[in-house]
Amino acid sequence: MAIDIQKIRKDFPILEEQVHGKPLVYFDNAATTQKPTQVIDEMVKYYYKYNSNIHRGVHYLSNKSTDGNENARKIVQKFINAEHLHEIIFTRGTTESVNLVANSFADKYISEGDEVIVSEMEHHSNIVPWQLVCEKKKAILKVLPFNDKGELLVDQLDALISDRTKIVAVNHISNSLGTINPIQKIIDIAHARGVKVLVDAAQSVQHVKIDVQEWDVDFLVFSGHKLYGPTGIGVLYGKEDLLNEMPPWQGGGEMIKEVRFEGTTFNELPFKFEAGTPNYIDAIGLGAAIEYVENIGLENIDAYEQELLAYATEKLSGIEGLRIYGTAEHKTSVISFLVDGIHFYDMGMLLDQMGIAVRTGTHCTEPVMQHFGIDGTVRASFSFYNTKEEIDALYKGILKVCKMFVH
Amino acid sequence: MTINEIQEEIIEEFAGFEDWMDKYAYLIELGTDLEGLDAKYQTEQNLIKGCQSKVWFNASLEEGKVKLEADSDAIIVKGIAALLIRVFNNQSPEDIMNADLNFIDEIGLKQHLSPTRSNGLVSMVKQIKMYGIAFNHVK
Repeated sequence: MAIDIQKIRKDFPILEEQVHGKPLVYFDNAATTQKPTQVIDEMVKYYYKYNSNIHRGVHYLSNKSTDGNENARKIVQKFINAEHLHEIIFTRGTTESVNLVANSFADKYISEGDEVIVSEMEHHSNIVPWQLVCEKKKAILKVLPFNDKGELLVDQLDALISDRTKIVAVNHISNSLGTINPIQKIIDIAHARGVKVLVDAAQSVQHVKIDVQEWDVDFLVFSGHKLYGPTGIGVLYGKEDLLNEMPPWQGGGEMIKEVRFEGTTFNELPFKFEAGTPNYIDAIGLGAAIEYVENIGLENIDAYEQELLAYATEKLSGIEGLRIYGTAEHKTSVISFLVDGIHFYDMGMLLDQMGIAVRTGTHCTEPVMQHFGIDGTVRASFSFYNTKEEIDALYKGILKVCKMFVH
Repeated sequence: MTINEIQEEIIEEFAGFEDWMDKYAYLIELGTDLEGLDAKYQTEQNLIKGCQSKVWFNASLEEGKVKLEADSDAIIVKGIAALLIRVFNNQSPEDIMNADLNFIDEIGLKQHLSPTRSNGLVSMVKQIKMYGIAFNHVK
């Protein structure tokens, strides 16, 4: 089924906006996606009609909000095909999910001399929490490198793993290069050596279908706002047995069973990891976003975004002096590039004047930039609501900038 | 010319530009024409690090006046630095300290004043003012 882009675009009110007097061309989808009215309306409805603190409430509104929150959890469970509902933990986002796992997993399983493996193409959010934990535990952080096309050297993973390795933390899709990593292979290699795997799916849940049981992944983390949902809500999926063994990370609120000054007992999953008043309205928004995406169909989304990627790659490659960083065989709709003699910041600023929103800089992946010996790139990232006409506008925009620099 | 007279002059110049292209083309021209800094002055100490581009400022005091030089890896940022130099170069430390900077707003570069993740224009101005305070103290 082909998707009707013009109809879809009407679902996203912000796409009608003008920027500097020009129609907005939004190509910063890897940073955050825009929200359809279906999501906005659902959240507004809850604020207008049902808002009340969830769980343990005796009254109508509290039950209504609790139902909304728990229904969202069910939607997430189905979305990634988790075996149990209580394996879905709501967090503030990918970063908090990684921090939760890093701290709680380390408390239980990591001690001095143990090892954690991350990849060279991780977002800082999947590096720094592990660095902090390794420092605290006197553990060692090891790095799986990638080649100049931006493909992980997965063949080196087995040799990198030792009998002290406890966990491999790796992204499914790179936010700065667009590489789709062979996660199944990584999980199989790690599991064969008894090593757990955390997958950062922040850049992938919005593009491709994920089945955590098929992968047999131990932890999966992602954010709502890159999945057409609200900011401030994210997900941690963890296998039941691991989550049960891991200690709570933050204390207070929902996560307790009984509190005595002699000692506190903790609530069961998932609440053990959800301290404080949960962000239920955003959870409800996330549920609506997933339903929206599934309604269009991830297969349809992926097919169309691949079409946009191929079109843009061909067009941009034709520009003299333009180099694309991240040329992996399997990529998602992200193009990182530089044009000879033009600083990425200058490029981004001038494209902005034409109404084209791209991201510039290191994209929170400084090791990736260091790999290529550059300070940053311009990144255009496409969503299913983007069009080939918009890519034409980007193409013309880049040419215009190039012209301004020729003197 | 005083700092305010130079600011007025710049504002007038920019008022003549018909669209953003002209304005930015001019900034690119200014950036290209600015001599820049000798590599030996492109030090960590002189670096004003915005998140996106690198800017170096070097300052000295000669006969009671502040001499400024700057460089950046981004041309538009360098163009903005050139404007700042035009305003502050050869002024007394006291005048720099007390200067009320309004031209950035007036010529529509306010978006570059974003305090984070931008080109460090805020930091550039702050650094120049710090030089003013420091040299005023020396004097």
